[in-house]
Formats: sequence, structure tokens, C-alpha cells
Amino acid sequence: MKKQLALSLALCSMAFTTSAQKIKGSETVLPISEKAAQVFMKSNSANKVTVTGGGSGVGISALIEGTTDIAQASRKIKFSERQKLQESGKAVKEITVAIDALAVIVHPSNKVNKLTKEQLEGIFTGKIKNWKEVGGEDIKIVPYARETSSGTYEFFKEHVLSNKNYMSGIMSMPANGSIIQSVSQTKGAIAYVGLAYLNSSVQAVSVSFNKGKTFTAPSVANAKNKTYPVVRPLFYYYLTKSESKVKKFIDFSLSSEGQKIVEEVGYIGVK
Amino acid sequence: MQKRKIIRRILDNITEKLLTISGAVTGIAILFITFFLFTEGAALFQSPQVEHGYALYVNSSNPVNTLQPEETKAIFDAEITNWNTLGGKNSEIKIFRIDDAFQIYPESELGENYELLPAKLGEIISKEENILAFLPTQYAPQGTAVKALAAKNIQPKEYFLGKEWLPTATPVPLFGVLPLVLGTLLVSIVALIIALPLGLGVAIYLSELASDKQRRLLKPVIELLAGIPSVVYGFFGLVVLVPIVQKTLNLPVGETAFTGSLLLAIMALPTIISVAEDALRNTPRAMREASLALGATQWQTIYRVVIPYAKSGISAAVVLGIGRAIGETMAVMMVTGNAAVMPHSLMESVRTIPATIAAELGEAPAGGAHYQALFLLGCILFVFTMIISISAEIISKKKTYKTH
Repeated sequence: MKKQLALSLALCSMAFTTSAQKIKGSETVLPISEKAAQVFMKSNSANKVTVTGGGSGVGISALIEGTTDIAQASRKIKFSERQKLQESGKAVKEITVAIDALAVIVHPSNKVNKLTKEQLEGIFTGKIKNWKEVGGEDIKIVPYARETSSGTYEFFKEHVLSNKNYMSGIMSMPANGSIIQSVSQTKGAIAYVGLAYLNSSVQAVSVSFNKGKTFTAPSVANAKNKTYPVVRPLFYYYLTKSESKVKKFIDFSLSSEGQKIVEEVGYIGVK
Repeated sequence: MQKRKIIRRILDNITEKLLTISGAVTGIAILFITFFLFTEGAALFQSPQVEHGYALYVNSSNPVNTLQPEETKAIFDAEITNWNTLGGKNSEIKIFRIDDAFQIYPESELGENYELLPAKLGEIISKEENILAFLPTQYAPQGTAVKALAAKNIQPKEYFLGKEWLPTATPVPLFGVLPLVLGTLLVSIVALIIALPLGLGVAIYLSELASDKQRRLLKPVIELLAGIPSVVYGFFGLVVLVPIVQKTLNLPVGETAFTGSLLLAIMALPTIISVAEDALRNTPRAMREASLALGATQWQTIYRVVIPYAKSGISAAVVLGIGRAIGETMAVMMVTGNAAVMPHSLMESVRTIPATIAAELGEAPAGGAHYQALFLLGCILFVFTMIISISAEIISKKKTYKTH
């Protein structure tokens, strides 16, 4: 009896000591991490990698609390989060794993296929309310945003809305998939999603960040040659003290094999 | 024989004790959860209005001393651009954020751990009379020409009567729960209005009119409805109900309060039907027979005898139905569009309390104002459901038929 107990205890402790890595955070980075973890575990069966979503904010706060090893984020770590890390005496390392382009999408029947930054700002802050104001039909504009926990929400706010708040009462959807679903069935809809989620049930809009001089369509090629303006780096964050634990996976995701996965999933590689 | 009796007595005793202990443990756990909920929630009113760890600074020559949260938001959204709207001089407001400092000064000039930053920030503020700087208190600007705006705590009035829910707005988050509370009530009450006649009809049919065979088929099917996970309902709602509502009512958006109500009505139906049906079937056979013997038709018996007798049970069904609707999270989150606006009509998007908590709690930094505001939302929901279950208790205990 005692022997059995001791044995099971030993087994339990072994299960905890094998290097299980947890990755948590952005839904945007999620497909990369999932695929990379799958391939990575095939060649390194001793290393278990578990990947969960939740939003960039969730990932970084989990990193601060120590409940994850790597935080995947679609935005840079915030000043307040960095402060919290400093208070608890931890230092964090940042790795850019891929580049994502954000596509502005509308309903496929919408005639508007290009918008300037100023127009987008007006639409999402609630100053432009009808499609005819930007050259479309006489339909009410219905902007959709992501939930406030998403890095996509923050990035769009900082980059396109010049740090202004979204209109109060903007429709907010819990995930990229439900945004696509909603936009595809709502005539006046406009929203933004990561390039990887773009499909034929919605129409992508060309955008201009130079007051309408040139409009660029969101595509991998345009993001790569840096003509498309709404791009953002995607990050992995980890604590410097746990570097040895996560190094193998990080190295793998930056290797040519890992970067191939990045492109397969629909993002732009960093190397 | 004697021995066996003693053993049985001991066993009985032990069982009794175990039951008492488990009861006590459950009770303590519930009290603890409630206590935790309310202390976390109440801490919100000790949080400053401005984002935690930050403050607003102006030049000391500026006559403005305080800013209301709405005013601050309007300034940073570029809706107020001149100090004179706020009782200051007639000059344009210059907004300054911490990140701007890194564009003016190279990082090398700020010291290794930014120890030179406060002095530099003070320099910037004293140079620019019309500045409104939003800076972390850790690097509070130094200098004589710097004035910090008075920092007030979040007021209960702003929370309970506020009409804007913008929990991540910088520099001043707005926690007005009125739209969320009203949204929750609107969706639940309309759901009940849809579900009640339908549920009651089915209950009457099942208990009074259906043959044994029909009942044996229908009852399990209805109870099966209660077993479907709410996320499945939510997905069904998003893919099927939303487009139907949008097309038939010709709306710009399909994600409305009405869609949510419709979905909730479907979800609340099994509860309403089974509770109401039980109540109807509990009407004593003697009463039915007496009514029929007096020459009443079956329909007369149902609505003059059976329904009045089962009134308390039916009311309990109603209350439990509301309870089911008010706490529903996932399904509602997927179909109502989650726009935090004061609901003006049924055909607009609303945001409910449970959906807000589910969507935002994961991201809110633990212990921050946003986190506490969400806990307080939980308290509001708790109070709602408590009122509902207490009234269900009272109603179901009340005997309403008269014996004269």
C-alpha cells in the first residue's frame, strides 16, 4: 500500500517536472503558436507545449502572475504592464515572431472599396454615420470592433484612430471568426480583422495613409514590401529568468521551418 | 442482534454528522464567495478616476484645477480643443503623453532607469502654457511651473447612474453601468414576454390535452432542449436567427436586443414548460371531476379550475424563467452585438451584464479599477438573481385557492 502511494507520488512529481511550456495570449498569434507547437512536439516529444488564447492582455497578465511561460501578444507591452513587471522584480524579453497586416473589411455588396485614414477614423469614432458620406449607397454604417481585451482593438485604436476612443456603443464581437460572420451578413457593416482571417465572404478595402494619394490593398505582398500601412509586429514575451526553458521553442519558431509555418498560416515572416 | 443495532446507531450518527458538516461547508463557501464579491466590488470607490498610477498635469499658470471624467475623455478624443470651454484661457489644448517624451529626447538623455525623466517632463510642462500632460506618477514631473490636477476617486453616482461604459478608455476610463443594467433587463423581460404564452400553452397541452403517448414523446424532447450547451444556442443564433431577424424586419443590423430575447425565450422554454406542467398536473383529480360533474366543458375546467389552482406554480415558472434569462452569458454575447449604449429600442444592439463580465474579466489587470468594476457588476447581478429566487420561494409557498 505504502509502496503504491510512494510510486504514484513519484509519478505525479515527474509529470510536473517534465518541461511543459504554456503559451497564452493573443487570438491573432494563436494559429502560429498552435501549428508551431504541433510540429515542434513531433520532433521534440519530451517537450510538451500547450497553447491557449484569451487576448493579448490576458497573456501578459498571466506572464506577470507566472501562470504562463510565453505570452503571445499582438501589441507591444504597455507601460503600465512593464511597470508592474519592474515592481515584482522580473525582466521580460521581446521576440518579434511574425508581421500581421490588418485588413478593413466590408460587406461584399458594398461599392466602397477604398478609404483614407481620416475616413476610417471618422467611421470608427462615430462622426461618419452613412456610407453615402464616403461615396457609397445611402445605408447606415455599422462598425464592428473586437472586444476590449484584444490587441487588435488596441492596435487599431492607436494606429488608425490616432488614440481616440471608439464611438460609445460600438458593436463588439468576441472573436475574429464572429466578426467575419457578422460582416458577411450585415449590409452596412465595416470591421477589421487580421489578414490571416480574410476570406471571400467579405470584401477587403484598400486604405490610404497619405490623404488619398495612393491606396493599397491588404495582401501579403503589399505588407512585405511595406506599402501597406496597417501592419503590426506579433510578439512572444517571456521572462529572462525562464529563458533556458523556452529557448528551444522560440528558436524553432524563428527558424526557417518555423517561419514557413508563419507564412502558411497567412502572416508575413520576419526573416 | 444487539451488536448490529449498536453498529447501525453509530453509522446513523456518522451519516448525520457528515451531512451537517457538508451543509456547514457549503454555507460557509457561499458566504465566503458573497463576501469576496462584495469586498472586491466595493473597493472600486477607493480607486482614482484617472487610470491607476497616472495623473494629469498642467502648467501652473493654468486656472483650471479639476476636470470631470467626461471632460477629460472629450479632450483626449479631440471633442474639446480649447481651454475656454473648461473655464480657462482662450487657447488650444496641447495634449502630451509619456510616449511623446521619447520622441523629443533620445533615450540616452533620460538616464538608465529614466531617473532624468521627471526633470525633463517638468521642463516640457513649464515651457508650454497650454499643455495637458498625462503621465505616470512614478515619473511625476519636477519643477515649480507644474501643477497636478486634483485626483478624485470614482463616485458611486458615476458608476450606478453613468451612461457610458468605456472601461479601457485612456486616460479616464468610464464605468457607467446604466446601459448594461437596462440592457440585461430589457433582453430578459422581452424574452419572458415571448416565452410565457408559448410555454404556458405547451404546459397546458401536455398536462390536460395530450394523450399519454404524445406526452411520453414530447416531454423528453422538451427536456432535451434544456441540455443543449448555451454556446451551441449562441452559434445557432448568430448563424440562423440573426440573418432571419435582419431580413424579415429589414434592419441594418441583425444583432439586436430582440434577437437576444428570441434566443433566450427558446432557452427559457424548457424551464417554464416543465415547472408549469408539474403545477398543472398537481391539481387534485377531485377538483377536475367536480368541475366536469357540474357540467363545465373541458376548456372551462382548464381555465376556471386548473389554472387558478396552479397559479402559484405557474408564477414560480415565470420567475425561474427570468432567472434563466438574466444570467445567460454566452448565447446572448454572440447575438446581441454587445454595444454598450442606452437601449432606445428593441431593434438596437445591447450589452448585458453577464456578457460584459465574460468578455472583459480575462483582460482586466487583477486589482485594477476595471477588475473591481466588473466585480461590482457581478454584485448587481447577484442582487438581481437573489431577488428573483426569494420571490420564487415566496410565490411557490403561497396557497392561492380559497376554501369557501
